[in-house]
Amino acid sequence: MAKNDLQGALDLLILKTLSQLGAMHGYGIAVHIEEVSDALLTVEEGSLYPALHRMEQSGWLRAEWAMTESSRKAKFYSLTAAGKKQLAVREKNWEQVVKGVQAILRFA
Amino acid sequence: MGIFRRMWALGRRSKLDREIDDELREHMRLHVDADVAKGMSPDEAIRRARLRFGNPTVVKERVDAEDAALGFESFLRDARYAVRGFVKSPGFTIVAVLTLALGIGANTAVFQLLDAVRLRSLPISRPQDLTELRIVGGNKGLGVNDGMFANFTIPMWQEVRRHHDPLSGAFAWRTADVMVGKLSELKRVHGLEVSGEFFNVLGIVPWQGRLIEPQDEAACQLNKAVASYSYWKAEMGGQAITPNTTIMVEGRPIQILGVTPPGFFGLTVGDRFDLAYPTCIPPNPRREVFSFSVMGRLKPGWSIERASAYFDALSAGLFESTAPDGYSAETTKMYKSFRLGAYQAGEGVSWLREEYDSSLKLLLVITGLVLLIACANLANLMLARSSARQREMAIRMALGASRGRLLRQLLIGSGLLAMGGAALGVALAQPLSRLMVRSLETTGDAIHLVIVTDWRVLLFAAAVGVLTCMVFGTLPALRGTRVDPLSSLKAGERGVAGSRERFGVQRLLVVTQIAVSLVLLVGALLFVRSYRNLMTLDPGMRESGITIVLLGFESEHVKPESLAAYKRQLVEDVRAAPGVENVAATTMLPLRGGSWSHGVRVGRAEGQSRFTYVSPSYFATMGIPIVSGRGFTAMDTTNAPPVLIVNQMFVRKYFGGGQALGRQVQVMPEPQYPARIYEVVGTIQDTKYNDLRGDPEPMAFVPIDQFPETAQGPGMAMMVAAKDGPGAIAGIRHALAAKHPQMILQFLDFQLGIRDGLVGERMIAMLSGFFGVLAVLLVVIGLYGVLSYFITQRRNEIGIRIALGADRGRVVGLVLRDTAAMLAIGLVLGTGLALFAGRAATTMLFGLKPYDAATLVFSILLLAVIAVLASLLPAFKASRLNPVDALRCE
Repeated sequence: MAKNDLQGALDLLILKTLSQLGAMHGYGIAVHIEEVSDALLTVEEGSLYPALHRMEQSGWLRAEWAMTESSRKAKFYSLTAAGKKQLAVREKNWEQVVKGVQAILRFA
Repeated sequence: MGIFRRMWALGRRSKLDREIDDELREHMRLHVDADVAKGMSPDEAIRRARLRFGNPTVVKERVDAEDAALGFESFLRDARYAVRGFVKSPGFTIVAVLTLALGIGANTAVFQLLDAVRLRSLPISRPQDLTELRIVGGNKGLGVNDGMFANFTIPMWQEVRRHHDPLSGAFAWRTADVMVGKLSELKRVHGLEVSGEFFNVLGIVPWQGRLIEPQDEAACQLNKAVASYSYWKAEMGGQAITPNTTIMVEGRPIQILGVTPPGFFGLTVGDRFDLAYPTCIPPNPRREVFSFSVMGRLKPGWSIERASAYFDALSAGLFESTAPDGYSAETTKMYKSFRLGAYQAGEGVSWLREEYDSSLKLLLVITGLVLLIACANLANLMLARSSARQREMAIRMALGASRGRLLRQLLIGSGLLAMGGAALGVALAQPLSRLMVRSLETTGDAIHLVIVTDWRVLLFAAAVGVLTCMVFGTLPALRGTRVDPLSSLKAGERGVAGSRERFGVQRLLVVTQIAVSLVLLVGALLFVRSYRNLMTLDPGMRESGITIVLLGFESEHVKPESLAAYKRQLVEDVRAAPGVENVAATTMLPLRGGSWSHGVRVGRAEGQSRFTYVSPSYFATMGIPIVSGRGFTAMDTTNAPPVLIVNQMFVRKYFGGGQALGRQVQVMPEPQYPARIYEVVGTIQDTKYNDLRGDPEPMAFVPIDQFPETAQGPGMAMMVAAKDGPGAIAGIRHALAAKHPQMILQFLDFQLGIRDGLVGERMIAMLSGFFGVLAVLLVVIGLYGVLSYFITQRRNEIGIRIALGADRGRVVGLVLRDTAAMLAIGLVLGTGLALFAGRAATTMLFGLKPYDAATLVFSILLLAVIAVLASLLPAFKASRLNPVDALRCE
């Protein structure tokens, strides 16, 4: 499933975020990505939720309804073992993509 | 595992739906909470969250799409939606499904027949191993050929029986009918003469008793047989087989050993055997009579190529040792150069296949074209429907539905129609194929074909269904979803929405329909005329009021030297019977497919000629006038000089069209037919020989009294001229029964037999005629529909024209101009296609050129008149439009 493309980036961001935060709901993931990237990256809800559901179906994420700090009900996602493995693969992949892109950009 | 959970949850879609809804709603709330915490007013926070979030339904649908189970669910939803739409317009739905069912049904029916006669394997175990041996390239007409699949003489079979390394077992078989019953009431049943290995090699297990085994192959007197299941059930009452079970064959009881299982019909597809009996090998088998088909099972590890190579290597010795005596050196040399080859035979043999293969393929093309017209019609209907729904599409797009989503929905709709059509078509195909098989049956032979809807047929119907769906569904769907919401909504239901381009596609579809239906119409007329030509053809002899009498008198044991006199007396006995006007003996029945040739030499010219041995009254009986010279008389006996009557083709070929009378013709020797020199004493006009379609061939007639004694046998054929056939038959039966109680008699109607030879042409003529009419009908419907639609779309324009003073004639003209343009293009295209298609059908036409001008012109005129008539109704409707009503709609 190693995707050598840029579209896999959103998956990677979500997986990485969850590995850093543990369990988190969709809104929290979006906010985290935005804050950590200094608002350079914005995650659209129209892409975020389909991606979450797809990864849940693939068995990389597990989902649970729980209460937030502000005591609202939300669906919390967390990584499964397969998800962690997937993250490692994606991270390695991403490094290669970046290297490849940089090589092209530096080509004179 | 998630997927299973979701599948399981399919029935609880609402719960899942709610879950996603909840999740998204909570997301919004968290967003609002965060903004409010930053000090924003709640109203402003909600507005911002909504703006950011976009259309919640779209987000939800995108989440749905990721969910496989929900994807299926939404597919079902679309299907339900489409069905609701169809229920709302039942007229459209019924027309669409019926058109499709007819088109797909006709295609499936023809394919089903092709499948039955061509593709399906014999119902035996491991049919792919079955191998047939044949002389490569055939035996070139050498010797006597006993039927269509007779490739082996008995001596050849005996050689192969001894040497067949590539085959684990080999057997010989042939079809030879049996006369069952008491002598006074004989009935012909389908017989199968088989060598002892037959059932064993094929792996047929007895249903009852036992089957034929090698030790049964002893006596040449038929005394035991095996019944087929159907014969046993129908004629023997399905009674248990005991050692005492017998039936009467030619007046003598024979033992029935057992019954074959229900599925086994023999090796001829389209035929069904009733009785199988063992072969007999006479002490001195004739070496020039080809009567058997030889087959075997390929041993494991042998390929058909290797087997062929083996038999090729065997051939030199085989043909050397089995060469018949009595031929010229040249013919003998040809015989010795024959080579055997091995061929796949898993599909059995079939005269249906040989005879009607090209007809069936042609029918498949015809039905394919009909389906194409039906598709064009449907596409037009769908286009009209989709433009009517343009506003709905525009609203849905404005609400955020993607084009792909709408496209899917429309395609699901046409897919459902195609499925309905295909299902109904498959059901329709069964009776249609049966009807076609019935139409091919002749008075003499029923066709027994197992027509089942097997996987191949279903696959075919499904493929045709998908294809039609793509043809008629895709274009309307693409067009229907290519709307600009803004302009569509503004235009609303008013008349200007249909752009010129959209009309263009519909026009193109009508043009296609006209072109294709012209091809079908021309084809139909050609085939009908060709059939009529055959039916009305004068074969050069009397056709009606002729009864053929076949007489068998083996059991009278007449000595060979007195056979000629015995036969002469029989002719006189028949002549004396009441109702008989004239009678003649002949060795060859004309126009029934058989043939009889001898090699001839005239001076230096050498070649072949058809030969028939006839009694003197033959030409009078058959109404063939003697053109020059004399006919035969009772004086032309064995002791008189041999004489010949020849036809004009013979004169042209061997005498250069010059004087024929008095010329000498040398006949080449053949086994039982010694070389002879004849003198031509008369000539006749060219007549047809064994087939109405045949071209004239050189033909020669010899007095039957000069038939070589060596070739005489205990049977003969007579042509009886009698206006009242049944009366004469009764008279002849009565006259002969008294004198010859052991005689086996059979009667055939000459004309009926000739007509039987034309059933293939009749079927093609009937079906192509039917489909031609259907095509024209579809064009009428299509044209009418499209014009009506155009007029609805142009209501305003026409209303304004009328309001501004255009009279009725002008409005009618406006519509008819439309028709004329489409018609002109369609007819030009169709003419080209018809000429092209006609070339391919040349061989199937009789007495007609494929580019028959009269047929073409007539078809064009007919189609033009019909098209104009079909457009008159909508045109008049348009001219009666009330301008006030039309304009008020604005």
